[in-house]
Amino acid sequence: MKIAGWGRFPVAELPCRALRDLEAGRAALQALPGLIARGNGRSYGDAAIGAGGVLSTLPADRILAFDADNGSVTCEAGLLLADLLDVLVPRGWFVPVTPGTKFVTLGGMMAADVHGKNHHGAGSFGDHVLQMTLLMADGSLRRCSPAEEGALFAATRGGMGLTGVILDLTLRLIPIETSAIRQETRRAPDLGAALAALEETRGATYAVAWIDCQARGRNFGRSLIYVGEHATRAEAPHAALAVPQRRSRRIPLDFPAVALNRWSIAAFNELYWRSGRPGTTLVDYDSYFYPLDAVLEWNRIYGRRGFVQYQCVLPYAAGEGGMAALLRRIVQSRRGSFLAVLKLFGPGAAKAPLSFPMEGWTLALDFPADADSFNLLLALDAIVTDHGGRLYLAKDARMGAGMLRAGYPQLDAFRATRAAADPGRKFRSLLSQRLDL
Amino acid sequence: MSDTKRAAMATQTAMIVGATSDIGRALARAYAAEGQSIVLCARRPETVERDAEDLRLRHGTTVSVVGLDLLDTPAHARVLDALPVLPDTVVMVAGLLGEQPRAAAEIVHAAEIMRSNYEAPALFLGEVANRMERRGSGTIIGISSVAGDRGRATNYVYGSAKAGFTAFLSGLRNRLARQGVHVLTVKPGFVATRMTEGMDLPKALTAQPEEVAAAVVKAAARQRDAIYVRRVWWPIMTVIRLIPEQIFKRMKL
Ligand SMILES: Cc1cc2nc3c(=O)[nH]c(=O)nc-3n(C[C@H](O)[C@H](O)[C@H](O)COP(=O)(O)OP(=O)(O)OC[C@H]3O[C@@H](n4cnc5c(N)ncnc54)[C@H](O)[C@@H]3O)c2cc1C
Ligand SMILES: NC(=O)c1ccc[n+]([C@@H]2O[C@H](COP(=O)([O-])OP(=O)(O)OC[C@H]3O[C@@H](n4cnc5c(N)ncnc54)[C@H](OP(=O)(O)O)[C@@H]3O)[C@@H](O)[C@H]2O)c1
Repeated sequence: MKIAGWGRFPVAELPCRALRDLEAGRAALQALPGLIARGNGRSYGDAAIGAGGVLSTLPADRILAFDADNGSVTCEAGLLLADLLDVLVPRGWFVPVTPGTKFVTLGGMMAADVHGKNHHGAGSFGDHVLQMTLLMADGSLRRCSPAEEGALFAATRGGMGLTGVILDLTLRLIPIETSAIRQETRRAPDLGAALAALEETRGATYAVAWIDCQARGRNFGRSLIYVGEHATRAEAPHAALAVPQRRSRRIPLDFPAVALNRWSIAAFNELYWRSGRPGTTLVDYDSYFYPLDAVLEWNRIYGRRGFVQYQCVLPYAAGEGGMAALLRRIVQSRRGSFLAVLKLFGPGAAKAPLSFPMEGWTLALDFPADADSFNLLLALDAIVTDHGGRLYLAKDARMGAGMLRAGYPQLDAFRATRAAADPGRKFRSLLSQRLDL
Repeated sequence: MSDTKRAAMATQTAMIVGATSDIGRALARAYAAEGQSIVLCARRPETVERDAEDLRLRHGTTVSVVGLDLLDTPAHARVLDALPVLPDTVVMVAGLLGEQPRAAAEIVHAAEIMRSNYEAPALFLGEVANRMERRGSGTIIGISSVAGDRGRATNYVYGSAKAGFTAFLSGLRNRLARQGVHVLTVKPGFVATRMTEGMDLPKALTAQPEEVAAAVVKAAARQRDAIYVRRVWWPIMTVIRLIPEQIFKRMKL
């Protein structure tokens, strides 16, 4: 089967097995050396592309237990966040951390230790996982939690499937009064104002900036800031706990390469900037957290060649100078995409060696997968490394092993835990080979 | 769904025979989402306990699990009579693809395929039919196959058993048409399931289990008699049925 990440670059032809039950998982371990677990394939690059095969977790999607008193749910790792929310929201619960798409599996969320727009206050996904069960390379089952098998737990969180297959996990939930989000939109006329606005909104539950990476001069770094809070019953009496109607359109075909050029993107960004009216409104959670999910298969707008997403984090101390250096290079290139997203991270997970977030500023944006982009990204790599930053493995398709080593100081701890968990290297992905993990 | 429709459905029960299959799981979810009570029937009941709990948690419906190896035909009546109520809908999903070359060589394997796709499912639905006829209501759904439309070298043991099953269903339908019992025959075409894992199936002809489940629930509600899940199968199978045997016997399909 043809396998690729969300960026459709790279692509590999691989045997695919499905985790229908434990026996099927064990049989796949026997049959396909160099396999990797695969959730819903929403990582952008080669993390979910095995070296010798993939094990799809999608059939393992059962909710196993729900504790309404303490607010926790236990589910199999292949369950989609979208399906979990359908069950949780009407009962007054939400997940404590969500990425920008709900078409991800719970296992994929843990394996990438995903962050949301609330990282500054809530940390990353793994901070809220109470325990999980892993299928190990030798076919055995291992339960782990922060207290039990702590090193294995920490390495699996953000470990991109390389320690074992997550079979199920228990997640702590947060209570909500309504399914609506009270969204406040602010305009920041330049980069300094954008960073200041994110600083100011540290006390808010959710905050994110959309940054125009075409704007130059006076407008350099202009941004729209979206601050969000779960609306209370008093604020949104009509929303109650309704699940939003699924409304979605599908991109019907691959866009030709010329469709995205610097004029169309600049026009889009200009329109987007103007449409961001400052003020406060109530929106449903789909609109606030998952605006892109309304367009199914939107990755096809980049055409057949695919695209890469670049997401880096710079330590807090690098501040405006570091961000300005990165952004200047991107603006100069005139290759910046529609959606560049800027966020402020709180402290990272100290014990999790491959977890991406660290206290500081994170920027994410897309580039078409072509030679010009790859050259530009090398220049960005140098800026990131110089400032003590690093890249997010769930988005990456192209960095080199040196860049990884420079950015992840606990790499050796990860390697040691992985070697103990999987001495025969049964779990391998194109990503793990490329980065010599 | 409107609350009144859900309230009406909540008094109904659907039984899925072959609940471990991907199609069976998808059907159970589709009926549970309507608010129906569910009976999951499998030869290894312990393996569907997780599914039962999942359905309860997702949809808040009543779910029970019963064990039955369909090949144990004397047990059929016993299992049905032990149910607290005769279900409103019974869906026969169980079947066995087997391996055609082995079936040609080993009589035991051929017999297993024939019994698993025809004898055992038909006998079970026969027992169900008698009870529904007595009650004067019910829906019987059989998952058969396009493989039963014409025997081919690559799967004629399976295909012949499905042909028998299709004929049995059409006979039941004829018998029960005026007794308030509806019979639906489903020929899903290719479906991406455990049965077809690893096969290189044409994408346009291959349905997902959820798609099959949605089509079945809709067809049953509209009292359709027989359906293909994807419409393209109708012209394909019409042509395949029309090819003269003289030519067909030389073809590789
Ligand atoms: C539109 C969009 C927005 C996004 N926004 C964010 C965001 O805001 N924040 C963020 O952090 N990420 C974000 N992401 C990235 C996404 O959340 C992660 O890549 C996530 O891991 C995808 O989950 P998946 O189920 O699709 O996993 P896959 O892409 O299938 O796999 C990702 C990794 O997890 C491993 N894995 C999957 N399941 C298991 C398992 N059961 N056991 C062990 N390993 C497993 C795989 O081996 C692979 O290494 C976004 C992605 C998209 C497309
Ligand atoms: N997949 C396709 O392309 C396709 C196409 C057309 C028709 N179909 C039909 O669709 C139905 C479901 O198949 P599937 O694709 O979902 O494959 P599957 O997973 O192999 O389903 C077969 C089911 O039948 C059950 N079963 C077999 N023998 C049994 C017995 N003696 N007693 C009780 N249960 C028994 C199996 O239970 P265990 O788990 O215990 O083995 C399993 O639940 C079958 O009737 C199949 O013929 C499938």
